[in-house]
Amino acid sequence: MKDALGSVQSILVVGGGSDIAQATVRRLVADRTRTVVLAARDTGRLEPFVHELRESGAEAAELLPFEAGADDPDTAIDAAFGRHGDIDVVLVAFGVLGDDHVARERLDAARHILEINFTSAALVSLAAARRLRAQGHGTLVVLSSVAGERVRRSNFVYGASKAGIDAFAQGVADWLHGTGVRVLVVRPGFVRTKMTEGRKAPPLATTPEAVADAILDGLRRGADTIWVPRGLRLVMSVLRHLPRGVFRRLDL
Amino acid sequence: VASTDLEDSGSPTLLTGWGRTAPSRAAVYRPGGAVELAALLANGHPRGALARGLGRCYGDAAQNAGGQVFATDGLAYLREFDSERGQVTVGAGMVLEALVDAIVPHGWFLHVTPGTRQVTVGGAIAADVHGKNHHRDGSFGQHVRSFVLLTPSGERLTLTPEDSPAAFWATAGGMGLTGVIVEARLQLLRVETARIRVHRERAGDLDQLMQRMEAGDRRHRYSVAWIDCLARGSALGRSVLVHGDHATRDDLHVTERAHPLVRSPQVHLRAPPWAPSGLLNRRSIRAFNELYFRRAPRHAEWRLESLDSFFYPLDALRDWNRLYGPRGLMQYQCVVPFGQEDALRALLERISDAQCPSFLAVIKRMGAETGPLSFPMPGWTLAVDMPAGRGALGPLLDGLDQLVAEAGGRIYLAKDSRLRPELLTAMYPRLEEWRRVRRELDPNGRMRSDLARRLSLA
Repeated sequence: MKDALGSVQSILVVGGGSDIAQATVRRLVADRTRTVVLAARDTGRLEPFVHELRESGAEAAELLPFEAGADDPDTAIDAAFGRHGDIDVVLVAFGVLGDDHVARERLDAARHILEINFTSAALVSLAAARRLRAQGHGTLVVLSSVAGERVRRSNFVYGASKAGIDAFAQGVADWLHGTGVRVLVVRPGFVRTKMTEGRKAPPLATTPEAVADAILDGLRRGADTIWVPRGLRLVMSVLRHLPRGVFRRLDL
Repeated sequence: VASTDLEDSGSPTLLTGWGRTAPSRAAVYRPGGAVELAALLANGHPRGALARGLGRCYGDAAQNAGGQVFATDGLAYLREFDSERGQVTVGAGMVLEALVDAIVPHGWFLHVTPGTRQVTVGGAIAADVHGKNHHRDGSFGQHVRSFVLLTPSGERLTLTPEDSPAAFWATAGGMGLTGVIVEARLQLLRVETARIRVHRERAGDLDQLMQRMEAGDRRHRYSVAWIDCLARGSALGRSVLVHGDHATRDDLHVTERAHPLVRSPQVHLRAPPWAPSGLLNRRSIRAFNELYFRRAPRHAEWRLESLDSFFYPLDALRDWNRLYGPRGLMQYQCVVPFGQEDALRALLERISDAQCPSFLAVIKRMGAETGPLSFPMPGWTLAVDMPAGRGALGPLLDGLDQLVAEAGGRIYLAKDSRLRPELLTAMYPRLEEWRRVRRELDPNGRMRSDLARRLSLA
């Protein structure tokens, strides 16, 4: 159960290999989370991380094989809830950055980005939302991106997929309002992770640890949407309201 | 999935405790009586069931996320009142306010009353509440002659402390996890008037307070100290000490002696439904504390007060919890055994160092221990209200828990909303004893609450 100060006792991460997810789980276990379920495609790679979590106080830290886009979300979510009882937080963290230049030319590449980031993330969110609703409490945390807040031409395939999941998560939040279940939409800017390795970091680039801190703070406050770093909220607000003609001319 | 069950029957309701933190949703049923309640309980829900009175526990004790919650307002009846012997049989949903109104005109009062009348008899038993006279009269449960418990397996048990002490004391203080209390018979206290002789004095620091409290407790039925948690250094423990006894007819003014049991109506105000989260901040609390301390006489002084203003000052302001704003409030209440006065001092020092704005902070001495999950034990209890939204609160309270556990003390489950489950066995060493009795009364673990889930209580 979540406590009065927003600390949680159990978490299911879908996309357990994500750097942001791992940083978040580390912090939660350092607080008072004792049950961690990591659903991921390559569970073998996560063994050391699970070991680390047990060392640092997690009573139950388990892996659950799940491949976004291939496996049935309901089955995976049911397995996690069935085995561990109540889950306070479900973090939907998987996603692909892809290469927009390739995606523009090859439909299968575009399809992969759209299916993983939108369709699959939306279905996992929906499956989790239903379980949380039946449970009567819990928080669904969805990793969106500022890239979805105003889609830029340089990565519009990725951006549109994130715009989609962001809107979907907001819809889930409104649907579940008053049910004891909350949805936290996380909009990081550029995060230095495995996913963005080798890319040039823009100004206001952030780290998985900073995103994790912001997520914990958001959980404590019961926030609906958070931007990381916080200043991006203002930046995006300006960008969002730029007229198309002006926005198009920006080199973004 | 249970979601369909939730929609089918009962009304899905978002519930919180008095502190308005950590809401969860349950299907709330309003059974009209014990028979209907027994039928609902027999039905069995995958996420269990729990009775809820007026929801005055601060934390999540009266919530059952995703399961069933039985409101007890259908059990708010007075079955029998023996005004000779001062015994009353009431439904578990009977609110203390109504009960007090019914008995005082006949010269009786509750043997033990908490600081609010807005609790049900069932809730008062389940939390085994205490009052300002705990040092001599014990807890609420000690004045319950018997109660009727519906168990999840469909039994209707009449429990008394003489014939069934284990089940009685696992239920009194058992936080609703052994079944549903439907009716209780209480022993009342004879009073001559509806007034209290009150004695208020200032104590400049903690040593003075403890010393005077110990002396005063031997002479007076009621005692409590309001303490200024923002005072530091040599003023640490600065407080207003209050002692009281039921006034006799002779204590009253001559003109009032003809109608000694008449109560003057209490003015009721209601807090606004919306308050900004920063309303009760360090500055406003400091100003209040200063005024409150200065208002108390420097030297002891006697005066008469009404029962209502002495026992229930906050009842005059309905929904006062809203003043803490949307982030809610929490109350930290702990007890440390006598002999651990250093721990009490350390607790106060930490609270005062954190400059945690507390509107209501009280200290009192407690008497004997009762049930395995009952809060009271011989020692000093400290209760501190605080706004829940402050960032540094978590580490501060975790540190206080540690001090309390090391001192052999405990925190009050009816107030708790954030204890680390690891500390529960240290604080409640008779937990296993309680769990054994609970397993007999509820072998399938059907009675559940958010508190029980959070602390792995059952």
